[in-house]
Amino acid sequence: MMALLPNPFDTLLQLQQALDTFRTSSWLEPSPSRGGAYPPMNVFNKGETYIIITELPGVNKADLDIQIKHNTIRISGTKSASYGETAGQHRRERLAGRFDRALTLPIEIDPDQVKAEYRDGILTLFLPRAASDMPKSIKVN
Amino acid sequence: MSTAQELPVPEKKELVSKEEKTVPGRYYVPYTDIYETESALIMVMEMPGVEQNDLSILLENDVLRVEGRIDFSKYDGMEPVYAEYNVGPYARSFTLAGKFDQESISAQLADGVLTLTLPKLKEVQPRRIPIN
Repeated sequence: MMALLPNPFDTLLQLQQALDTFRTSSWLEPSPSRGGAYPPMNVFNKGETYIIITELPGVNKADLDIQIKHNTIRISGTKSASYGETAGQHRRERLAGRFDRALTLPIEIDPDQVKAEYRDGILTLFLPRAASDMPKSIKVN
Repeated sequence: MSTAQELPVPEKKELVSKEEKTVPGRYYVPYTDIYETESALIMVMEMPGVEQNDLSILLENDVLRVEGRIDFSKYDGMEPVYAEYNVGPYARSFTLAGKFDQESISAQLADGVLTLTLPKLKEVQPRRIPIN
């Protein structure tokens, strides 16, 4: 439905509406993988690559740990927001703590080809679909 | 102690603004910590995805307005399959109470977190009086 448009995210509103629609997607169903729900993530598909985008503002790259085993991904780390003992607090909204999330993808991925990028507080994981998971064309004799 | 606890998932708060926007789309309120030291007021705002060039910080009549746009062109050609959060620009304003040296406010952006340092004017800084 969206592929019909030349650029589905021509406006910000279109992107926001598309994301709203997929808030009820069952693509990533509850799986036996253990872990918390932080960080929240969005999953996109681009060609044969799946892209997971998560917002992790204020997390130091060194405090971030990403593990992949088969088609299970685990993102864990620590988010800190501390300002020293002497500081007088006026407003405290940022959350800090430990996070550990594991998710099992409904597709097979190629673990050796996975790339991760952390920029401006956003972690992006590029997960290429495994060759064994690709659909095969069958010739009709 | 607090670092040992599991992080909850915060739902992004949509900005309810007095003025209406001419461009359709939702704005979000950045989570902000504000603290004070002897010499400055420091504001720490979470704005993931905002690059330095897409940030505007305006100070007018004691109102500090911070706005961060996001580059959503990187979503070109991507089809969502699953979503847990929405994306959008960030905006928030604060009315400053107190006297600050408005000329020397400094801003620093790192890992999607903006830190604003508002130095207090010399006259309002506490002075230690030596006893002879």
